[in-house]
Amino acid sequence: MGGKKTLTVLSSALAASLLLTACSGSGSEDASSASGETEVKFMHLWPEGSSKKHYDVVNEIIAEYEAENEGVTIDLEVLSNEQYKDKLRVLSTSGDLPDVGMTWAAGFLEPYVGGNMFAPLDDVIEEELSDAFVPGTAEAYALDGATYGLPLELNIVSLYYNNAMFEEYGITPPETYEELLEVVDAFNEEGIQPIALGNRDAWTGSLWYMYLADRLGGADTLNKAIDRSGSFEDPALVEAAAKVQELVDRDAFVNGFNGLADEEAKSMFMSEQAPMYLIATWDLPNYTTNESVPQEFRDSVDYMNFPTVDGEGDTNSFVGGPGVGLFVAEESEVKEEAKDFAAYFVKAWGEQAVEKAGVIPATKVDAASLDLPQMYIDILDELNNASNITLFADVQMSPDTAQVHLDSIQALFGNEMTPEEFAKAHEDALSKE
Amino acid sequence: MSLSIFQNMGLNAMNKVMSNKLHIALYIAPALLLVSVLVFIPLILSGYYGLMDWDGIGAKTFIGLENYITGIQDSKFWDSALHSFLLAVFSTLSLAIYLAVSIILASKIKGADLLRKIYLIPMLLSSVAIAQLWIKVYNPSSGILNTFLRSIGIEEPPNWLADPTIVLFAIFIPILWQYAGFYILIYYAALKNIPESLIEAARIDGATPFQIATRIKLPLIKEVVSVTIVLAIVGSLKYFDLIYVMTAGGPNGASEVMASYMYKLAFNSYNFGYGSAIGFLLLIITMIVTVIVRKLTATKERIEY
Repeated sequence: MGGKKTLTVLSSALAASLLLTACSGSGSEDASSASGETEVKFMHLWPEGSSKKHYDVVNEIIAEYEAENEGVTIDLEVLSNEQYKDKLRVLSTSGDLPDVGMTWAAGFLEPYVGGNMFAPLDDVIEEELSDAFVPGTAEAYALDGATYGLPLELNIVSLYYNNAMFEEYGITPPETYEELLEVVDAFNEEGIQPIALGNRDAWTGSLWYMYLADRLGGADTLNKAIDRSGSFEDPALVEAAAKVQELVDRDAFVNGFNGLADEEAKSMFMSEQAPMYLIATWDLPNYTTNESVPQEFRDSVDYMNFPTVDGEGDTNSFVGGPGVGLFVAEESEVKEEAKDFAAYFVKAWGEQAVEKAGVIPATKVDAASLDLPQMYIDILDELNNASNITLFADVQMSPDTAQVHLDSIQALFGNEMTPEEFAKAHEDALSKE
Repeated sequence: MSLSIFQNMGLNAMNKVMSNKLHIALYIAPALLLVSVLVFIPLILSGYYGLMDWDGIGAKTFIGLENYITGIQDSKFWDSALHSFLLAVFSTLSLAIYLAVSIILASKIKGADLLRKIYLIPMLLSSVAIAQLWIKVYNPSSGILNTFLRSIGIEEPPNWLADPTIVLFAIFIPILWQYAGFYILIYYAALKNIPESLIEAARIDGATPFQIATRIKLPLIKEVVSVTIVLAIVGSLKYFDLIYVMTAGGPNGASEVMASYMYKLAFNSYNFGYGSAIGFLLLIITMIVTVIVRKLTATKERIEY
């Protein structure tokens, strides 16, 4: 009996301790900071391990801000990309968003804005950041006439190519789509797969489709089809889909591209197995400053704007868009300080990002005043001359339609869908919204 | 200790039994609490979320059974269900191979111990590592498989993970490989449990090794086999990891299974309500199949050695 009694005590103690932990879990609301001190919570997604340079620049900016603003401390939390997205979603359901955090443009922020969780930032832009952004970047964070994000990054897509491989086989880089087809044939004859493409992720294939649509239909046709003032059955858009399949039929892309991740395609380009690769400027460090990439390879890489198609198209029109931007939480108790910090951060980031982290900021950059690799200077020049930047289609669309778009892109590239069916799939998905 | 309590239950007087029930309740309380919080409550919640039009972030709107009705009419869902059932069929069939291997391992052959450990290795790797490994194996240009096929004269070997007609089967292979060690371990343990005297007796009566395997060993571990069949089928129906990492259900849904479709809806399309409904349908389908399989494989007689 004695043994049994001990057991009762033990097990009730166990049960009680379980209850206690449960309580302490929910009861641990963060203590508000000492009076006079304002604490702004800031969450970002550049951990020290994977994005050291980004991480350092952020810390420098925070230190400067805290030095300039007595009484304000920035409470930092850093997570990696996917974890960040998950945590943001969870925090949003419990009304615990950080005061300042990072968001993506358009489709991503829609549910958050719909749930009244992000604060409109038009006042901040007007007062402190007027004319600071490259046109079209802050607009990507606008919904129903209000802007909910301050963009930090800007990426444009270019066709990168390996000059050494072109020279080795005596092939001239293409300037038009027709020349691109010839180049594809020439490389195929040499037994080299011409274009690295990892279409498992499908946004990669979407870049090809978007550029073909831009060159054939002009800057607005695709945008209009997405915002429903136009249609995906527009002849130019159907023709763009047909051109995609023409490239596929000419074996322009590496074997099994629909099963390859973008990372795998990138490694094919970087190990000189394929001479061409369509990607955005976030890859620029790999071709310029990244010491872990062989110097010889970095020297041989060059880029071109996407070629004209059928003699049509403006090569100064780009596909691209802002990456992450800052939001301020609508429910924040220190909203004014949060807004002030966000504005400060965007300005400081714009001044330091290119030089220190190799990121092209969404704020205007004076390339001449900076010590940059030539390719950065050229790309910044392109940006200054850009006639248009079309936002990535899967970012523009609502998450639901974006999924249809990405699936259809895979089907189109895999010849499982005709260009007409491709157009119809988009029309069906968009008309359901 | 717990055994003594159960014995007391039968022996002692009524008031003692009452106090013992309290004991029992206390014993199961922690586990019950954990299982409820981690399994049953989320389960009921996902059924409930399935009744909502919800993007996972904003406000929920009650829409009744609409999500479930859409799910039942959704051809993509049934395609993914078909893929899951195909996986279940292949997993079940492959059990025969594992069983054969286990019977060989359990009979006294040289190096059985080492081989058993080798078969277990895939079990020890994480799914993501296995997925990365097989992505490399299947790489159309530089993968070991296609390099081998080219070296024996096949000029255009298949693009394993890109070809919608074969991608599903290409993924089945690592999945089956991944779980081989698990089932072999179970069968091996069951076979080792058969008393040596039974086998001896059969041998003296002149039974061949094949007869011993099929007439003596198999019937004796029938119960274990039926459990593994349930495990294999249920595991296949809710399978997710390798598919998610290797193809994410692509190209264009050719390797989508129910769980990956559910994930895509909830987390990529931000259609949390519909995703929850699909998750709940997956649960119902799995439960129905489990009941059917249990009925079909039920054994009446209890085996006592």
